[in-house]
Amino acid sequence: MVKEIDRAGIPVTHICTVVPISLTIGANRIVPAVGIPYPLGDPTKGEKKSHEIREHLVTRALKALTVPVDKQTVFEEDF
Amino acid sequence: MKLELGKIHIHDVQFGEQTKIEKGVLYVNAKELEAEVLKDDRLAGCHIELARPGESVRITPVKDVIEPRLKVEGPGCVFPGIMGKVTEVGKGVTYCMDGACVVTVGKIVGFQEGVIDMSGVAADYCPFSKTQNVCVVMEPKEGLETHVYEAAGRMAGLTAATYLAKALKGMTPDETETFETKPLLEQIAQYPDLPRIGYIHMLQSQGLLHDTYYYGVDAKQIVPTIMYPTEIFDGAIVSGNCVAPCDKVTTYHHEHNPVIEDLFKKHGKTLNFIGVVLTNENVFLMDKERHSDMVAKLCEYMGMEGALLTEEGYGNPDTDLMMNCRKVTQHGTKVVIITDEFPGRDGKSYSLADLTPEANTMISCGNGNIVLHFPAMDKIIGTQESIEMQIGGWVGCKHEDGSFDAEIQIIIASTIANGFNHLCARQY
Amino acid sequence: MPKKVVHYINQFFAGIGGEDKADYKPEIRAGIVGPGLALKSALGNEYEVVATVICGDNYFGSNIDKGVVPELLEMIKKYKPEGFVAGPAFNAGRYGVACGTIAKAVQDELHIPVVTGMYVENPGADMFKKDVYIIETKNSSADMRHAMPKLAALLKKQMEGKEVLGPKEEGYIEKGIRVNYFNERRGSERAVDLIVAKVKGEPVYTDYPLPVVDKVAPAPALKDLAHARIALVTSGGIVRQGNPDHLESSSASKWCKYSIEGMDHADKKDFMTVHGGYDRAFITEDPDLCIPVDVLRELEKKGFIGKLMDYFITTTGTGTATNSAKRFAEEYVPLLKKDRVDGVLLVST
Repeated sequence: MVKEIDRAGIPVTHICTVVPISLTIGANRIVPAVGIPYPLGDPTKGEKKSHEIREHLVTRALKALTVPVDKQTVFEEDF
Repeated sequence: MKLELGKIHIHDVQFGEQTKIEKGVLYVNAKELEAEVLKDDRLAGCHIELARPGESVRITPVKDVIEPRLKVEGPGCVFPGIMGKVTEVGKGVTYCMDGACVVTVGKIVGFQEGVIDMSGVAADYCPFSKTQNVCVVMEPKEGLETHVYEAAGRMAGLTAATYLAKALKGMTPDETETFETKPLLEQIAQYPDLPRIGYIHMLQSQGLLHDTYYYGVDAKQIVPTIMYPTEIFDGAIVSGNCVAPCDKVTTYHHEHNPVIEDLFKKHGKTLNFIGVVLTNENVFLMDKERHSDMVAKLCEYMGMEGALLTEEGYGNPDTDLMMNCRKVTQHGTKVVIITDEFPGRDGKSYSLADLTPEANTMISCGNGNIVLHFPAMDKIIGTQESIEMQIGGWVGCKHEDGSFDAEIQIIIASTIANGFNHLCARQY
Repeated sequence: MPKKVVHYINQFFAGIGGEDKADYKPEIRAGIVGPGLALKSALGNEYEVVATVICGDNYFGSNIDKGVVPELLEMIKKYKPEGFVAGPAFNAGRYGVACGTIAKAVQDELHIPVVTGMYVENPGADMFKKDVYIIETKNSSADMRHAMPKLAALLKKQMEGKEVLGPKEEGYIEKGIRVNYFNERRGSERAVDLIVAKVKGEPVYTDYPLPVVDKVAPAPALKDLAHARIALVTSGGIVRQGNPDHLESSSASKWCKYSIEGMDHADKKDFMTVHGGYDRAFITEDPDLCIPVDVLRELEKKGFIGKLMDYFITTTGTGTATNSAKRFAEEYVPLLKKDRVDGVLLVST
């Protein structure tokens, strides 16, 4: 799906746990998620911390949309 | 480590006053078996039904399938750490009820429970259409939390198998097979001229309701480790059944792991089977990376020249499969993957979710998306109510006459990705 | 009664002319024309080539979006064919594309068996090999007398309802379709022999040749996040509570769209997950873990983004064929464009 959105000229960030799959299928902007059962947040760390993690990841993913890339890029760190 | 498997052939199953085996017929005292299973207070009810090959019978939703086995000589018990104390198994003598199985059936826990047809076209795809099945049909207590219900269901199957296995006591096996793996250095020295081959066995451990258990420990808590192949024949690994029905490595399939069986067949002839590396499939990328690193290291450390690699499930575990393949190859051990495929009903999509160039020798266990028509059966053991929700079905797939259409992934172990079956896919 | 077959050829094979006549408009003639003679004799007495439809290659190419296909279909339909042959086109590129296009259209619209033929490097081969049977030919029409009997044989097999075998047996270009069969030996046994061969450096094989995965160039970056309209898409199987649209838990056949208008977070009373590939307990309790409505709403309030769209788009990723996923996106991307979406977050579990 991610490729078709890119193909249409709409920038898209793929937030996903299994980054290797995302790289194999050809996503261009990738933000690694926390885990399969909870991609955005970590309920085992309490609600406040979980929300904080989600906020960081979503913010990073949004900022990734503003970064010009010419190849598949994994945004590992906040920037 | 040396294990003798004594097989007692079973060609029929009947109810009887006493649970026993006579002239290849397994007689089951249903009342006694039910009472044994119902000792678990998480279950509200249980009844026993029998299903034989060729009958117009459908069993669904199926949770697990288990072959009753009995430890006759040597340490430990079958299913160590679960049905008895944790003791190392894999040596001595074990009797097998060859041709008979316990099948656990019950109200659906997740979407992962499947179908066994005892006759008709779907029977061609299912190994348990050919076995004499003692079906344990369970009813959970009202309001039981799903993880708890699953645990109760898993225990019910193992309890039933352990109960039936007692009938093997004092029998004379119809057939005996001996398997031996020596400590690594001695094993390598035994056949110095044959290629040193191992097996990388990936256990499903995604915490999807339930997991696979190794000596009673939840497989998601292990780091990759080394196992003597014969341990598996004594039930060291118990199924968690948390994947699509077609992919389920049932407890039966652990007891009968086809890769281990077939490696032993060629052991000392065309290859030197040096051991098994056990690993898992995790839901966090860091775990996937760490464990595939460790698998590659262990293969290298053992001096493996070639390894067979199998996974349980599809989707993200394909990444574990490919990481293992790539890293093990890069560490100098050649790899052959055994896998099933999910390229869509038209067969036109990619077969796996992930790929790596090192995966250049793959054995296929078939396309699980192919749609089949399941004819109506005279008798249903369990219920067909949830067919539409079970993986492989869809809303509207059921017909009024009791027949339905579904992808073959709804059939238990139809495309099991360890090469147990003959089903295969080719490129047209 | 012989079975009716219609044959498609271009202006060149119809003897009308070469490049100068490539704008020749569609025409249908009763009976055989040109290579139809070879077709007729290869099909035999039980079949009849009832008509030959002719079109110039350039006309076809430049009118492909302007109704040439429906026009041709109308002509073909009148003859009530039970089978259809296009070409063969050999190495002629535009002719190959035309053969593939019309053969696929006849197959899809008239629901009858079709076959075409071309050289493996003809661009039409790559475009249509997954959809229709394309007999592999040599790169020039000198191969006609070898090729036509293969086309005829494969068409007859389909029309007679016989099992079509693999590309090697039938001579068609590999379609890349995965088809089941029962091997003589079980998988594990074959794998054991294969690993021994691989270690010894002997010849090896694979049941599944690695496919080439196509890549897409990244879309240009967003310039102004503070005014951007952001849409949320997920493959995590999040649906309205009760799953009103019956989204599948695996092998999804569709995508769904649900409103989040006015919501400051994704609440478990509104949403649930049906994904069959992970432990649903966490997301069931808090859907924001997969569709981060709470954080996006806060960021919207702060002016970090312009607007969070009033809906999200969802499907189930597990077991869903890559071609289905592609189709879903092709279906909802126009909606995103219509709603002037500037950027997308796609969350996968």
